[in-house]
Amino acid sequence: MIEAKNLNKYFGDNHVLIDVSHRFEKGKTNLVIGQSGSGKTVFMKLLVGLLEVDSGEVLYDGKDFTKMNFEHRKAIRQEIGMLFQGSALFDSLNVEQNVMFPLNMFTQRTLEDKLERVNFVLKRVNLENVNPLMPSELSGGMRKRVAIARAIAMNPQYLFCDEPNSGLDPQTSGVIDILIQEITLEYQITTIVNTHDMNSVLSIGDNVAFIYKGRLWWKGNKNEILQTNNKELNDFVFGTELTSRLKK
Amino acid sequence: MHLFYGIGKYVMLMKRVFARPQKRVIFRHQLFTEIQNLGIDSLGIVVFISLFMGAVVAIQTAYNIDSPLIPLSMVGFTARQSVILEFSPTVISLILAGKVGSSIASQIGTMRVTEQIDALEIMGVNSANHLIFPKVVASILINPVLIVVSMWMGILGGWLAGVFTGLVSTHDYVTGIRLDFQAYTIFYAIAKTIVFAFIISTVSGFFGYETEGGALEVGQASTKAVVYSSILIILFNLVLTQLLLT
Repeated sequence: MIEAKNLNKYFGDNHVLIDVSHRFEKGKTNLVIGQSGSGKTVFMKLLVGLLEVDSGEVLYDGKDFTKMNFEHRKAIRQEIGMLFQGSALFDSLNVEQNVMFPLNMFTQRTLEDKLERVNFVLKRVNLENVNPLMPSELSGGMRKRVAIARAIAMNPQYLFCDEPNSGLDPQTSGVIDILIQEITLEYQITTIVNTHDMNSVLSIGDNVAFIYKGRLWWKGNKNEILQTNNKELNDFVFGTELTSRLKK
Repeated sequence: MHLFYGIGKYVMLMKRVFARPQKRVIFRHQLFTEIQNLGIDSLGIVVFISLFMGAVVAIQTAYNIDSPLIPLSMVGFTARQSVILEFSPTVISLILAGKVGSSIASQIGTMRVTEQIDALEIMGVNSANHLIFPKVVASILINPVLIVVSMWMGILGGWLAGVFTGLVSTHDYVTGIRLDFQAYTIFYAIAKTIVFAFIISTVSGFFGYETEGGALEVGQASTKAVVYSSILIILFNLVLTQLLLT
């Protein structure tokens, strides 16, 4: 479980995250939603330590991540898998080397063991016979799946996904969403997904937090979101023709 | 103030760069890859420039010897001294600042803007050490080799130009290049090259690592890397010459 307590972040005079507290449950797909520029990416970067908090705490199973030194953080980070918006696969490595990278870096396994693990996680994300391909030879959806495979290669306890559906067609987005949810349940990990894709919210939103202008504005689940009277959330969720029809 | 802020950030980054590699096997693999990318792949341009540089020095020297009291062996002597003391270590390092420096900055800068560096950090990898340290070590190891090759090629170019234009005979040229040779000049050139290699790899690594934004900023970082590396090479050239030759 991950818990954020009274997080604040400033960029110069701009107070981009204001006193945000939220609990992300283990074994659930926890979604953070909000408009572009609302502060959700900053929130995620604070949770994983890519940005330093100005005040507040980030607790990983009760341990305050913000007060840890590099070595202690390293131990936690080896239990974190992250799927980036642009996949962030290493351009100079092929699919196999990308997925094997954390195994090479942090384990003493034999090459056979590592290859077995790589093939297992690639199969888990429904990719086979792609080992020698370079990232530039993959489609957007395949890149995301390879990135998921790399993220789960080390059996992480925490999985972070930043806009996993960006740049994907609705059908491929659905496949990625289902994959994230299945992995979360299968390995009982704490998954946090940053998204503004309403299909994702309504299909995998076990625990949804809505960030509005840097504040945690609303929290609930995918069923409650359809019945809420929160104006800002309704404006955001049902702002398109399609979703407004759904609401009606 | 901006300058001091930049120097501070550079020093802070170097503290992270100069750490023990997390996995020796991976470091060794990266080191050989970088020696290939930064050194061996630059061999062609180094040989080409050095040959022509030596040739021009020899021809210009020969044309400027008006007095019959000055022996033609001075052409070989001047070509050797110019190539060893200045042209190979400094000019080739400036060329490498352009070729290798921009490559380092754009490679690391692209990794920064495409979140590949963030991915390394999330995994618990010291990204500064992982990305920059092998390039620094590779540059320090391979650049002196390139400079020695450049010296040979420069002197060879001078001989070829002298002989084929008929300005100086092989005998005079060889006499000149053997005249009053001091091995210390090679040490001086290698010492300068090592300092310049450090400047090129760390300054370019710094600008690449600190890139923020997108493709435009990667290009700007690459340009800055070349400009600042070149300026520092020129400044340190003066300082080292003063320290080592006086």
